[in-house]
Amino acid sequence: MLSSLTPHLPALQVVIPLIAAPLCTLFVNRHLAWAIAFTASVAAFLVSALLLASVLDGAVISYQLGGWAPPWGIEYRIDAANAFVLFIVSLIGALVLPYARQSIEREFDASTHTYFYTCYLLSLTGFLGVAATGDAFNVFVFLEISSLSSYALVAFGAKRDRRALTAAYNYLIMGTIGATFFVIGLGFLYMVTGTLNMADLAVRLDDVGDTRVTRVAFVFILVGVGLKLAMFPLHLWLPNAYSYAPPPAAAFLAATATKVALYVLLRFMFTIFQFDHPIQGLTFEYVVMPLAIAAMFAASIAAVFQEDIKRLLAYSSIAQVGYMLLGVALLTETGLTAGIIHLFNHAVTKGALFLAVGCFVYQVGSSRLGDLKGIGKTMPWTTAAFAAGGLSLIGVPLTVGFISKWYLIQASLEAGSLLIAGLIVASSLIAMVYVWRIIEVAYLEPAPEGREAKEAPLSMILPTYALVAASLYFGINSELTSNAASVAANALFSATNLASEGASH
Amino acid sequence: MTWDHMTAEFLVGHYNYWMTIILMMIGLYVVVSRGNLVKKIVGLNLFQTSVFMLYISMAKIFGGTAPILTGNEDEVYSNPLPHVLILTAIVVGVATTALGLALIIRIRESFDTIEEDEIFDIEQKMAEHATSTSGER
Repeated sequence: MLSSLTPHLPALQVVIPLIAAPLCTLFVNRHLAWAIAFTASVAAFLVSALLLASVLDGAVISYQLGGWAPPWGIEYRIDAANAFVLFIVSLIGALVLPYARQSIEREFDASTHTYFYTCYLLSLTGFLGVAATGDAFNVFVFLEISSLSSYALVAFGAKRDRRALTAAYNYLIMGTIGATFFVIGLGFLYMVTGTLNMADLAVRLDDVGDTRVTRVAFVFILVGVGLKLAMFPLHLWLPNAYSYAPPPAAAFLAATATKVALYVLLRFMFTIFQFDHPIQGLTFEYVVMPLAIAAMFAASIAAVFQEDIKRLLAYSSIAQVGYMLLGVALLTETGLTAGIIHLFNHAVTKGALFLAVGCFVYQVGSSRLGDLKGIGKTMPWTTAAFAAGGLSLIGVPLTVGFISKWYLIQASLEAGSLLIAGLIVASSLIAMVYVWRIIEVAYLEPAPEGREAKEAPLSMILPTYALVAASLYFGINSELTSNAASVAANALFSATNLASEGASH
Repeated sequence: MTWDHMTAEFLVGHYNYWMTIILMMIGLYVVVSRGNLVKKIVGLNLFQTSVFMLYISMAKIFGGTAPILTGNEDEVYSNPLPHVLILTAIVVGVATTALGLALIIRIRESFDTIEEDEIFDIEQKMAEHATSTSGER
């Protein structure tokens, strides 16, 4: 029975959460809805683990949807790069759900819980679909499935703070402009190649060469995806969206949304455009890299001055996207590996941090620094988790943050730039400032009289610690992540093409 | 591109594309410049519609019919794929508009306005209030 399902894993990856999503609303009971959502997310996680295991040796799984052969039919194409992204997204998706249950139980009316789970699963479906598909237009469709449900997830925060509504609205406007830019770019690609299959696109773009149309397509796609991944200065939607979203949604989105968008960028830039023409490499060298460095500093400095921890973490996310883009913009295999490692490491770290903040919000009712004085004494476990995540954000040895920075610095030295390596260290020092601000308030300031904040419930602490443990484990034993990342980087770097693969089918 | 290209034939022959560009720019300008949230959605719709036109224009062949087997092998037909893609994009556009309008209704209920600058003022006051009361809980 199970073995007959194995060939269909790429489709199941997306279909399981997609089918479970409406079921959550149909079964009106909120406990049942949670059980369905949790089962689906765990199933999706198992599927992604199986997929990752089967492509780690560099194999490529091609799944033909409905039996229509590519490039005419839609193909799901799993290689190390997207299997790795699928794994991260579904891991976070499965861990946040047990946490979400308690958190939203306190926050929302019982009647709206089922909708939350539905939006959550649809969002998960979208992210997984974007990563799994090998069809360029399919990417757009899944990107919009995930984005639309993300807007709704952010708007759920209106129960606590009505500013969540305007945050969701602005996210919607910016996200839609980004997606539409992406579609314009795809349209131009289709005009010159007549295909939408990514592998086929790569081959045919080679024949088309460097024309004005491909240049325009390249720029439209770069800007469109840049909006989705909060590439500085296209990040304006992010701080509000993450600070007003309900904590579990913020943790889920912070750990996955920008990462999946980054994957789309990598897939288009490396697999499809392949940097065959000078303009593409130059764009990365003279536009993306300076912007990435600007993000590392501007967003980190902005984070230092935030009074709300969620907002602070949101700004820090923009800076971290800068690190990833910096690694990618070096346009070397080491740089790309560094970018992908940081993609995983940051997802784990930021997920843990947002979950810890959610515990504060759950007990104290606020994530403002002024309300969290001396919280380290009353909520020691949560604060310790937060501190561990914070250390990883700075890049202290024995945390995943260190591994990322290590690879990034190595990549920049390899590219011969001592300056970039220095800038990475310098911006890490700014991270130290903003993390220290929180640690100082939490541990060294006296707790105000009469605040009754106990430790958060176990079901919220455990997922937080699972991610903290992951961030420590992969910080000490980075073999799995660095191996997966370098295979993924290799898969992206070595051009995929249909011709060489024709023999295997 | 040199000005030699700008013949009447070129200008008229690319009529669809000129209109696409104009619509696209109008749409984007409305989104950026209008403070009224509903007008922003209208602008967004114009912007998306221009992309639909771009796709349909590239698929259309003059004198081409619908892609149906007629038995005539020389039949010229329009490319159906972009049409289908745009059907999907229209659905996405409708969903986006619906969600955007739903959010506007909720914003109207809780802020009592749909003008961006007024909402901004209210949010500014909320932020100041939060800073002044922080730590007193």
